[in-house]
Amino acid sequence: MGEPILSVRDLETFFRPDEGIVRAVDGASFDLYPGRTLGIVGESGCGKSVTARSILRIVDHPGKVERGEALLRRGDGRIVDLVAIDAKSAEMRDIRGGEIGYVFQEPMSSLSSFHTIGNQVVEAIRLHRAVSAKEARDRAIELLQLVGIPRPEQRVDSYSFELSGGLRQRVMIALALAAEPRILIADEPTTALDVTTQAQILELIRKIQADRNLAVILITHDMGVIAEMADSVSVMYLGKVVESGPVDTIFHAPRHPYTQALLRSIPSVLAEPRSRLTTIAGSIPHPYARPPGCPFHPRCQNFMPGTCDRSAPPVTRLDPEHEVRCFLYEAPAEAVA
Amino acid sequence: MVTYILQRLGLALLTILAISVVSFVIIQLPPGDFVDTYITNLAASGSAVRAEEAAALRIQYGLDQPIWVQYWKWLSRVATGDFGMSMEWGRPVLEVIGDRLWLTIVISIAAILVTWGIALPIGIYSAVRQYSIPDYVFTLIGFVGLAVPNFLLALIIMYFGFKLFDLNIGGLFSAEYQLAPWSWGKIWDLTKHLPLPAVILALAGTAQLIRIMRANLLDELRRPYVTTARARGLPEWRVIMKYPVRAALNPFASTIGYLLPFVVSGSIVVSLVLSLPTVGPLLLRSLIAQDMFLAGTIVLLLGVLTVIGTFISDLILMWIDPRIRAGMHG
Repeated sequence: MGEPILSVRDLETFFRPDEGIVRAVDGASFDLYPGRTLGIVGESGCGKSVTARSILRIVDHPGKVERGEALLRRGDGRIVDLVAIDAKSAEMRDIRGGEIGYVFQEPMSSLSSFHTIGNQVVEAIRLHRAVSAKEARDRAIELLQLVGIPRPEQRVDSYSFELSGGLRQRVMIALALAAEPRILIADEPTTALDVTTQAQILELIRKIQADRNLAVILITHDMGVIAEMADSVSVMYLGKVVESGPVDTIFHAPRHPYTQALLRSIPSVLAEPRSRLTTIAGSIPHPYARPPGCPFHPRCQNFMPGTCDRSAPPVTRLDPEHEVRCFLYEAPAEAVA
Repeated sequence: MVTYILQRLGLALLTILAISVVSFVIIQLPPGDFVDTYITNLAASGSAVRAEEAAALRIQYGLDQPIWVQYWKWLSRVATGDFGMSMEWGRPVLEVIGDRLWLTIVISIAAILVTWGIALPIGIYSAVRQYSIPDYVFTLIGFVGLAVPNFLLALIIMYFGFKLFDLNIGGLFSAEYQLAPWSWGKIWDLTKHLPLPAVILALAGTAQLIRIMRANLLDELRRPYVTTARARGLPEWRVIMKYPVRAALNPFASTIGYLLPFVVSGSIVVSLVLSLPTVGPLLLRSLIAQDMFLAGTIVLLLGVLTVIGTFISDLILMWIDPRIRAGMHG
């Protein structure tokens, strides 16, 4: 796989509204490789999107990246720590869109309805490439063609509200790809779309990834999408990566009780008709009332009183690529202590 | 698009017709008719009118005919620019109004421009730097501005202008141009006198507009398209000016039409204090004196101007808001 293009270590992003503190990302680590897809999966509110936004340093107020590092290998070979550079600096702006493209969840509201889609794509191109307005427009049309928009030379002058949801998400992808980034972050790219369109969009991302050797971070709550798209998976729960590993390992030999519960809750076509769908007991705790110890312990089937609610479990490396954050797999000597 | 404009134009004409009915009703409101008032006026000055003379006058003005015929006759005269006589002044209404209508429009537009010029930048700043110290300061000043009556502000400024700088701020013209015919000198004189009344008139609306702009923009700043723009590497000020500010400004285009009557009726007291030659004080006086042809004409003209303003703001909205343009096809 070679060197990672992006290496995130112990990333922490906290929101500090007046009411208290929300540890939206609480020590996330992962590596991303060119041409590969990293899936980040978890329930709503587990910090997937904030993790991705922290990398681009576009977390909304009052959120702030507090600690950790995000090492990006830039196109010229330099390695920069995205956490250390100023979020408003020219270098950061150069990276946004230029090195890392971002596809958002809501294609309806993520485009301006006062500007044509061409205007927005051209803007994205000209921010990062020194081309004339005419060239940029031609490129925008090519991009729209690439993402599968019919009659792109007419569509370039349409407004987002004149397009269907699927077409809008294609425009979002074109926007993210406008300056030829080497990393694409797709944040729930198919959540707002129907199943058929969903499959087409995923297929499109896969095709573009293959053509451009893109590194992709795919954020979703849908294990089915992960199984179809990802090479490796990070499972997040309340801001922590609780288990990570290659996609086959995660699906066939999940270790963390949360991962196991997530997989059990996928509806199966082989299931007994009219049987109940398995759900994960309880619900995500309120962000201000985070359980002590392992944040998952109130919902965990393997809860060990006196251990899980006392201290946070460390990361255990099961094999070079498979890590889990759970006391069940802790080295025996430490468990006694 | 042509259909839409024609439709709007048709609606505007209908509204103007309705306004003309209201104006006519206003003219007819006082007990007795025009000739009665005329006779009373003459009697007051010592000369009497004979009964047959009065009857002839009634026939001349069509007062013996049914009310809708009178309305039609009045409307036909209005269409040719004859708005009747002003009782109080004894001159044609149009002559009495004279330059006042245009001066009202000029001063209203100046006040609106000043309002926007002050309020929009402050509103944008307040929203972008919400809960910063300058935001609190502007908010405080804004609320004080909202609470202080305009005429009081006008009096204070006049007082200090006179006391400290020996300036006479009232009016729109210097004494030598007051009655002079229009010339470049007079226009320049007007330009010199315009800023102060414009600022005083603008201040009330400014405080309100700051709050509206701030609230609009705060809503827009949280929308996903702002984050999208940021994520493609756009510098922060361009993100804000191109996308959310654009969206937050949109509602203002639809208020252009109401601004004129707002300034006219809201500024009567200020106009009196500053002795501005606008139609506001004239309307007030004509109502007190029951000078109904004058009052009705002013109401009619203001109504028509408001309809025209609304029509213009419709056109502007159509021009700046693609969603409205799209709605016209569908």
